[in-house]
Amino acid sequence: MPPAASDETSTNPRFLAAGDTAVVVEFGVVVDHAINRRVTSLGRALRGAGLAGIVDLVPTFRSLMVHFDPTVVRRAEIEETVNALLPELSDEADGGRLWRVPTVYGGDYGPDLEDVARRTGLTPEKVVEIHSGGTYECYMMGFMPGLGYLGILPDELALPRRTEPRVRVPGGSVSIATNLTNIYTKESPGGWHLLGRTPIELFDLRRAEPILLNAGDSVQFYEIDEPTYREMRARADEGDPVIAPEEISGSGEGA
Amino acid sequence: MSGLRVVNAGFAPTIQDRGRPHVQHLGVPPSGALDPVALAIANALVGNAPGAAALELRVMGPTLEVEAESVRVALVGTVAAIEVQGERGGPVDANRSVRFGRGTKFRIGGLSDTGVAYLAIEGGIDVPEIYGSRATYTRSQIGGIEGRAVKDGDLLPVPKSAVGERSETKCADLDWARVQGPLRVVLGPQDDFFSADSIAGLFAETYTCTREADRMGIRLDGPALKHVKGHDIVSDGIVTGAIQVPGNGMPILLLADHQTTGGYPKVGTVISADVPRLGRLRPGDEIRFEEISVEEAQAARAELEVATARVIDRFVRAGAWLDEAALYRENLVSGVVGPMD
Repeated sequence: MPPAASDETSTNPRFLAAGDTAVVVEFGVVVDHAINRRVTSLGRALRGAGLAGIVDLVPTFRSLMVHFDPTVVRRAEIEETVNALLPELSDEADGGRLWRVPTVYGGDYGPDLEDVARRTGLTPEKVVEIHSGGTYECYMMGFMPGLGYLGILPDELALPRRTEPRVRVPGGSVSIATNLTNIYTKESPGGWHLLGRTPIELFDLRRAEPILLNAGDSVQFYEIDEPTYREMRARADEGDPVIAPEEISGSGEGA
Repeated sequence: MSGLRVVNAGFAPTIQDRGRPHVQHLGVPPSGALDPVALAIANALVGNAPGAAALELRVMGPTLEVEAESVRVALVGTVAAIEVQGERGGPVDANRSVRFGRGTKFRIGGLSDTGVAYLAIEGGIDVPEIYGSRATYTRSQIGGIEGRAVKDGDLLPVPKSAVGERSETKCADLDWARVQGPLRVVLGPQDDFFSADSIAGLFAETYTCTREADRMGIRLDGPALKHVKGHDIVSDGIVTGAIQVPGNGMPILLLADHQTTGGYPKVGTVISADVPRLGRLRPGDEIRFEEISVEEAQAARAELEVATARVIDRFVRAGAWLDEAALYRENLVSGVVGPMD
């Protein structure tokens, strides 16, 4: 999954078979703002179309996977519906939610901060400034429940994955790799560089809405100190989401 | 709370239903029964809806004890018997319903004839729903009992403390579980990442299921597929049945606990009508693949639905299995120390 920016934007998607219960609507083969926005835009339009037999719509960087029940709807009907929606699709951002994610950078919370600084030729302070200065789009969810792939990271911070993945990355870790950043929702193995940690539980089964992020949302990080982390963490431990999103209205708001 | 007490869990059984395929966009794997046909038949035998939560068994079954007035269960997907313990015990055939009274202890032994079998319980297993499903996904601790496999000492809760008396039913037609022939595959979504020779080989050669198999997938052994455009793709969606091919060229069959997205190319997808057969595979089993079209796959799925409904339609009455221990105790209770006195 080596993402690369490109101007390869196809207006007419390719339909790729994924057996008889899913079809991939592929808009491109690279990580690209415009391609991803068409994917999200198609997802919203198709949800709105209310076609019977649609099981789920899974957006990825450059394609939408339409899961369907083949005993209710035929793939040909899905293709027809998608083709009819194509003229309405937008490659502009169209709303969504903005999450501001509190993060402690460095130290035990972000054990790779110094290393990232060394490898990028920046000071740790500058790495934090750049990372927390960006607005990232959630291109897709995947890898584990509630984990969003956020981009695009400024070029100064782009690094390949660690050559030795960690066996255990703590839940809440805020990390970077290639031109993306993410937040590990639960402890897991992982090969990304750990810059810091958020006290927020992005996936908590005690809540009515266990998962906070969704594809199409935007994310910003802001630095907090350790006492604030501990205070927020205590609330998160009680099942409190601690943060709430802002609704973004209007269109054309680029990152 | 009434239910079945787990005296010995056996080989890490999990509570499964039809899963939660509608929240894959949040990164949550679908999970659910590896063999939804066997699940539906087991549930039908005890009078449940096809997707009620049941116990999915692999390798070695559990020993359970009834902690309810009575329960009705059915074991499906294997020919292994339910062994009722104790002096008045004995074997009860699989593929039939049976009612057990309080205190009955029963064991399901080795499941050497299948990768997966189901123990359905009348009323279903009453654990909380997560995103509309009780299915267990152990990697992220979702569903079932505390998101984990069932262990010794657990209680499998049932919604009713007793089940009604009625004639028991039996599934006499077991041909559905013995389907042979190649697994049918639709090419794509990334068949263009492989050489034509490799794809011809996939449909000509025999592959063997390895021991590296769990609810997420089965690693196969056989002729390696050759990538012609590298083995990394920008992540895209994954569907149950996908044949994923990582860098070493050895295909992996992805099952219900698959990640929702991934970065390896998928050469093809086992059709949904044959996905239940994937759950039944055991290490060492040999398989072959056959290419068919999406239209043929949809027709095959419709046929499977009709065939499964016909199997359920043709259930016959099963002979009584006399639970003498319970009978004795009930007589004792009502005749000598009746609680209503």
